[in-house]
Amino acid sequence: MTDHLIKGARVLGGDPADLLVRDGRIAEVGTGLDAAGARVVDAAGLVALPGLVDLHTHLREPGREDAETVESGTRAAAKGGYTAVHAMANTDPVADTAGVVEQVWRLGREAGYCDVHPVGAVTRGIAGEQLAELGAMADSAARVRVFSDDGHCVSDAVIMRRALEYVKAFDGVVAQHAQEPRLTEGAQLNEGEMSAALGLRGWPAVAEEAIIARDVLLAQHVGSRLHVCHVSTAGSIDIIRWAKSKGCQVTAEVTPHHLLLTDAAARTYDPIYKVNPPLRTADDVTALRHALADGTIDCVATDHAPHPVEAKETEWAVAAMGMIGLETALSVVQEAMVETDLLDWAGVADRMSFAPARIGRLSGQGRPLEAGSPANITLYDPAPRRRVDPTSMTSKSRNTPFAGLDLPGRVVATFLRGEPTVLEGKLQ
Amino acid sequence: MKRHLISAADLSRDDALLVLDTAEELAQIAGRSIKKLPTLRGRTVVNLFFEDSTRTRISFEAAAKRLSADVINFSAKGSSVSKGESLKDTALTLEAMGADGVVIRHGASGAPYRLANWVRGSVVNAGDGTHEHPTQALLDAFTMRRRLGDLEGRKITIVGDVLHSRVARSNVLLLDTLGADVTLVAPPTLFPVAVDTWPCQVSYDLDAVLPKSDVVMMLRVQQERMNAAYFPTVREYSRRYGLDAARMAALPEHAIVMHPGPMNRGVEIAAEVADSARSTIVEQVANGVSARMAVLYLLLGGSEPAIGTEVSQ
Amino acid sequence: MVNAALRPEDPAGAGVADGDPRPKAVLEGPDIRRALTRIAHEILERTKGGRDVVLLGIQTRGVTLAERLAGALREVEGHPVPWGSLDVTMYRDDLRMKPARALGRTELPADGVDGRVVVLVDDVLFSGRTVRAALDALNDLGRPRAVQLAVLVDRGHRELPIRADYVGKNLPTSMRETVKVLLAENDGRDAVLLGPKGEK
Repeated sequence: MTDHLIKGARVLGGDPADLLVRDGRIAEVGTGLDAAGARVVDAAGLVALPGLVDLHTHLREPGREDAETVESGTRAAAKGGYTAVHAMANTDPVADTAGVVEQVWRLGREAGYCDVHPVGAVTRGIAGEQLAELGAMADSAARVRVFSDDGHCVSDAVIMRRALEYVKAFDGVVAQHAQEPRLTEGAQLNEGEMSAALGLRGWPAVAEEAIIARDVLLAQHVGSRLHVCHVSTAGSIDIIRWAKSKGCQVTAEVTPHHLLLTDAAARTYDPIYKVNPPLRTADDVTALRHALADGTIDCVATDHAPHPVEAKETEWAVAAMGMIGLETALSVVQEAMVETDLLDWAGVADRMSFAPARIGRLSGQGRPLEAGSPANITLYDPAPRRRVDPTSMTSKSRNTPFAGLDLPGRVVATFLRGEPTVLEGKLQ
Repeated sequence: MKRHLISAADLSRDDALLVLDTAEELAQIAGRSIKKLPTLRGRTVVNLFFEDSTRTRISFEAAAKRLSADVINFSAKGSSVSKGESLKDTALTLEAMGADGVVIRHGASGAPYRLANWVRGSVVNAGDGTHEHPTQALLDAFTMRRRLGDLEGRKITIVGDVLHSRVARSNVLLLDTLGADVTLVAPPTLFPVAVDTWPCQVSYDLDAVLPKSDVVMMLRVQQERMNAAYFPTVREYSRRYGLDAARMAALPEHAIVMHPGPMNRGVEIAAEVADSARSTIVEQVANGVSARMAVLYLLLGGSEPAIGTEVSQ
Repeated sequence: MVNAALRPEDPAGAGVADGDPRPKAVLEGPDIRRALTRIAHEILERTKGGRDVVLLGIQTRGVTLAERLAGALREVEGHPVPWGSLDVTMYRDDLRMKPARALGRTELPADGVDGRVVVLVDDVLFSGRTVRAALDALNDLGRPRAVQLAVLVDRGHRELPIRADYVGKNLPTSMRETVKVLLAENDGRDAVLLGPKGEK
């Protein structure tokens, strides 16, 4: 394994320093470091961040390899500065057994671009009726700690309660896709001025908030860890803030697209903007940014959801929901949070690496950039602005809502346990 | 420049008045023995109907034929349109046929905007999902203007399932553009939550609004709304929001009663009201052809469209 | 109300080019009045007292001229002559060279044109294309016994085999000139202006 000497990187945006990477670990951090035989990486002007960790990625394999594979998805993740992703369970077959989660985990190991941690389904077939074999998945080689029926809400209160209780045995967490199903039948777009004008069936904020309110009470009652996926409304934030103040073990994530885009984007009826939960209002976007800044929302998770072209080149109502996000997440967070002075780079490191690793109970990820830590490092140049071009994506899919937008920053290098997966902006 | 008529908001006040004035001139054609003008000779208009609507399709077909356009009726109903590809594939087929104008009726809100990205011709929205139906609003405004004159300051009451009504959306926008005062009346369940952002008044009480109305437009109420608990029973709906003879008597002398059709006689409108002298329901059908001729002429007659809005990709 | 941008006429009349920038009046109010009176007499002569005559003015200034001619005929003959207006926009062969235009009014006298002698009235006869459009329009409106043409000015340069039966003034022009008829009812004063063609 080649040693790397990263010269002059601003660690978490601080003063320039050198990092010596040897045998998969950070051997030394200091100034004026020198190491014979090490490959020198000029990082002048670049921000060094701990390798990013995504709690919410759809890799689509097995089942929809036309949209993404573990290999293509992890390559996209590496390009976006990620060293670990949590692969959501709504594959075909569903990741609801030890067999499927181990298969996904193994595919990730073989691809080698970043760690793949399968998320296990809470219920069999994510049908919401019977608990999946959570313990078997936790004990498998994939060591599953995050369980989610994402795409579907665990809407049955009893099933949710049992799941919350059961995962305590292995320090697991239930990541809830909060969406009251009856209130969102046929729903298309955030219920409000835009849905009224566009004649698209409304998707009320209360459908998300009602489930979060119930779940924080349940989690509090049974003393379990609850994670709330893709929080999208100002009201949800108020509930989570209240729950945290009461000592509830609740964590929450927000997606990059909910930090930047509003439901006004739907005006063209281009389903590239169709996503679950839907894009909300400008007031919600502001509230989400502030909640991420003050820690009410713990982390950013991409909800990277690849879809083939034909699933989006349709009428709005029949289009698939979801957006890809791995390759643009850091740029969007810079635009929404750093350029607005809501977060500094240390804050970005926390929200995109430390916190998600903590929630997912990943011991080798989200570690401080100091001697002894595994060398999971992202080097990021915040200076350039670039126009997002879907055709230049590494993901198999092209459904980015940021196409044509000018966003800041560029991932220059990603190191996974000392091995560069990306160097000079190119996959290795 | 490629322009379309997809929303009533695509029409400026000048545009809207130009359409109505043009429709007024074209209405004369209906009274002539030769009901035909050579204006769109050599132009191709495709009627692309993904939903059954014989009335609207016939109206557009008559309008295009009276202007001498070649009309191709493409009824996509029954073909596999539940998959989205078929709208794009259909659009590409139309492109291959060289359609100058495409009239589209579709069950999905916004489908005409998608189509406009895929065809070179002008797109005319003939009703998309629960979004809009701008030519219906134009023919309604045309009918009102013929009966009542200038619409500036006129009080128009639209009653019924506003939430799911493309007719209501287009009428609110166009009538606001033309300076009329619109009041929507419905049970609270049948309003969109943000209806307060629309340029109109909202009321739950039909009887309070009728005496001040120059026009009452009744919307069709669909029985399946009852199953979704929008109201308890059809009978209760009819009692609270239906227009019967007693309610019609509360209208001012000059007021007219409109309905976009098809009617549920005995539900939102009583038969004796529908058939009364105040009712413009039959006129609306005839006026539909004139209004649509005006739209087709102004979009397709010249070197470039004289009305409408571009669609951004 | 009409979308102002769609009005085809330039109210200032002839534009400005090199040479003498100012259009000059070749006919003034009294000249126009005399010309119309003469045409009225000729119509009576050619139609044996104006029986069965219907005047149809071509929008816009032809309608004004038709109304004036109808007045002149009544003065001379003592009985009213039916007149109406004809909008030929939808029949024009240059429709697709500009954005679609607002329509003028077509209004026939109550008894229509079947079996009548229709005198089409226009302000300027130039290429003949407007008259061709008018003949087509007329064809859709009924079957006159005969159709004649009266114009205030014939400026030449015909592009179709069409000629006028009654001409107020023959005005030799070059293609680089424009002829503009102003009428009090439309423009505030009566005049025929000849000027250099404005730059496009």
